[in-house]
Amino acid sequence: MNFNHETTKLDFVRHRKKFFTFSAVLISVGIILLSTLGLNLGIDFSSGTTMDVLADETVTEEEIADQFAAIGLEPDDITLAGDENDVGRAVFIGVLSQEETLEAQRHFEEVYGNVPTVSSVTPIVGQELAMNALISVLIAAVGIIIYVTIRFQLLYGLAAIIALFHDALFILAIFSIIQWEVNIPFIAAVLTIIGYSINDTIVTFDRIRENMKLEERVKTFEDVARVVNKSLIQTLARSINTVLTVVFAAGALLIFGGEAIRTFSLALVIGLVAGTYSSLFIAAQLWAVMKGRQLKKAKFNSKDVQESEA
Amino acid sequence: MKNKKRGVKKWRIAVFFLIVSFFAGLIAVNVTDHAEDISLGLDLQGGFEVLYEVTPIDESQEVDRDLLTDTVAAINARIDVLGVSEPNVRIEGEDRIRVQLAGVTDQQTARELLSTEARLSLRDVEDNLLLDGSDFVEGGASPNFHAETNRPIVSITLRDANQMAEVSQQVMEYDPPDNVMAIWLDYEEGDTFAEEINKEDSKIVSAPSVNRTLRTTDIMIESQTFTVEETRHLAGILNAGALPVQLDEVYSNSVGASLGERAMDLAVTAGFIGVALIFAYMLLYYRFMGIMAVITLSVYIYFVLVVFNWMNAVLTLPGIAALILGVGMAVDANIITYERIKDELRSGKSMMSAFKSGSRRSLSTILDANITTILAAGVLFYYGNSAVQGFAVMLITSILVSFITAVYGSRLLLGLWVNSRILNKKPKLFGVKESEISEL
Repeated sequence: MNFNHETTKLDFVRHRKKFFTFSAVLISVGIILLSTLGLNLGIDFSSGTTMDVLADETVTEEEIADQFAAIGLEPDDITLAGDENDVGRAVFIGVLSQEETLEAQRHFEEVYGNVPTVSSVTPIVGQELAMNALISVLIAAVGIIIYVTIRFQLLYGLAAIIALFHDALFILAIFSIIQWEVNIPFIAAVLTIIGYSINDTIVTFDRIRENMKLEERVKTFEDVARVVNKSLIQTLARSINTVLTVVFAAGALLIFGGEAIRTFSLALVIGLVAGTYSSLFIAAQLWAVMKGRQLKKAKFNSKDVQESEA
Repeated sequence: MKNKKRGVKKWRIAVFFLIVSFFAGLIAVNVTDHAEDISLGLDLQGGFEVLYEVTPIDESQEVDRDLLTDTVAAINARIDVLGVSEPNVRIEGEDRIRVQLAGVTDQQTARELLSTEARLSLRDVEDNLLLDGSDFVEGGASPNFHAETNRPIVSITLRDANQMAEVSQQVMEYDPPDNVMAIWLDYEEGDTFAEEINKEDSKIVSAPSVNRTLRTTDIMIESQTFTVEETRHLAGILNAGALPVQLDEVYSNSVGASLGERAMDLAVTAGFIGVALIFAYMLLYYRFMGIMAVITLSVYIYFVLVVFNWMNAVLTLPGIAALILGVGMAVDANIITYERIKDELRSGKSMMSAFKSGSRRSLSTILDANITTILAAGVLFYYGNSAVQGFAVMLITSILVSFITAVYGSRLLLGLWVNSRILNKKPKLFGVKESEISEL
């Protein structure tokens, strides 16, 4: 996998409109789904109690329901998990009281020998968590724009942030389609992807910046496009190798990591792919378009100046 | 042929093997110790986390920083009674307190003990207050055994024997069976003796009848159901002092020990598989440089464990994920450098100058990429809840350690080989074909 920018016939910039359209369609579908179906919010973000019961043996939903009935509780939903269906997850809408929780823990410890995992959230706390996550993403975004503007230029920062929101929305869209339950580690995954996405974009931008300096004249959009293409091809091997290795790690977590981190690792895998896609096909192209416009404007302005001077 | 050989500096290669065997020895000897020393979060070893909302008992009281600090102190004193190592109690926001107890074996008892206000009061049958906490000697409670029945009891000490005499006379004014002195725990306005005495989980711990004037400072709290363990706990929280406030649970998460253990085993196995895949890929693709990457990555994982221990940080499930992601970031730093070196080799530079300029030019890229990620992790740490914070701490540690090992470690090791000149004119070892090299 070696890519020589003089011999490799890959044009990343020419097809930009297809990439933009593809992402725009996907994101709009995602937004429509998000606003209609919405995410399947776990109790971390709504309110209620979930209880994971480890049985050390295969159980059925009826068995779990019977056990809860024995202590006078009726879960609103029961699902099974674990490789041998040995974990029962019961969801209660509305928070169980401390006594009910403790009673249930005692009961299941007697029956199965393991203390169940119980998580209860009141509505206020759940909303605060989601709000905090949103605020922290916005703060991180502003921080990144400022940093990139100082180290690079504002246009790079803008393109990087658009790519970042693209990736975050991409994950949210996929999760609203597959309707997996979203929990707090999911937020951690989305934030990680934001970090990765920016990391990945910066590496290609860094090469574009370097090549822009090497170019003697960059006057038109075509010049910009040539530089962007060259830079993307030069960093292509790195982009592919990096995403492959990280996907190995995240993929291993997804397949072998157990149900406790399944949502987290799936969000990571989706995000990593999206992050690489946006760095290769969206971010640099967006920058090229913006840079092209800037150059055009500068040209007109200098013409104006010349005319008025004449 | 002769010319080529003359320049080889074998001592550099010897140094390389020395360094590698040093680290191999260090890791082999210490890694299990370090891994075992790491404190695990409650999602990995079981335990519970509760977020309490604080409301004052006395309505004139206001929830301020002082009150919250006092409450935290009282909670900590109670946790000492339970004997939990490494408890984490902290104030959150305006009126919240978060308590995390990892590795608690008896979660039920612990949770009940924490939220009991432990306001002891003695009342008559009509709920008139006879004695309250201020009348007892501080720290005067102790677990004991009844002198006759040998049943476990808790004895408390009054400040003044005369007070007891007065109070017992008051109680005796009632006719039997109403001549009782009810010992209440957490009496609240509106509770009545008649109602509470018949409840299964009653706030009245015991209600002895009083038949004569008691001129004593010793009071026994008896109950038919007391176990030795329970009397020890009750005496403990009475000594630790009453909570100045009422605590309501707004969030709670309790993880069974076996579920936590299972999550940990799975995540660790998955981690090993992921890391093994990365190693295999790096060796296959980058050949000789891949070996350097595998060495620096192993050292990286070891150092992360050491630094993590040294910071006394708590490893959570997302933390393991961050560690593995950190491996990815460290790999990325290696890949960026190696691709640069290959670029330089292809442009026709000699091995030594390609290594030099490749390392130099990749540094600013890696720096920018890592700083932006640290920025994101920092925000996570500041705003996240405990699980997310565990993730952020691990991510920041990983990035810093990966920067040192992947940039400087890799450069040092590879540099020893390159500068020994043994690799001169062997670009194939770096995965660069002769045909790709352009003439300068």
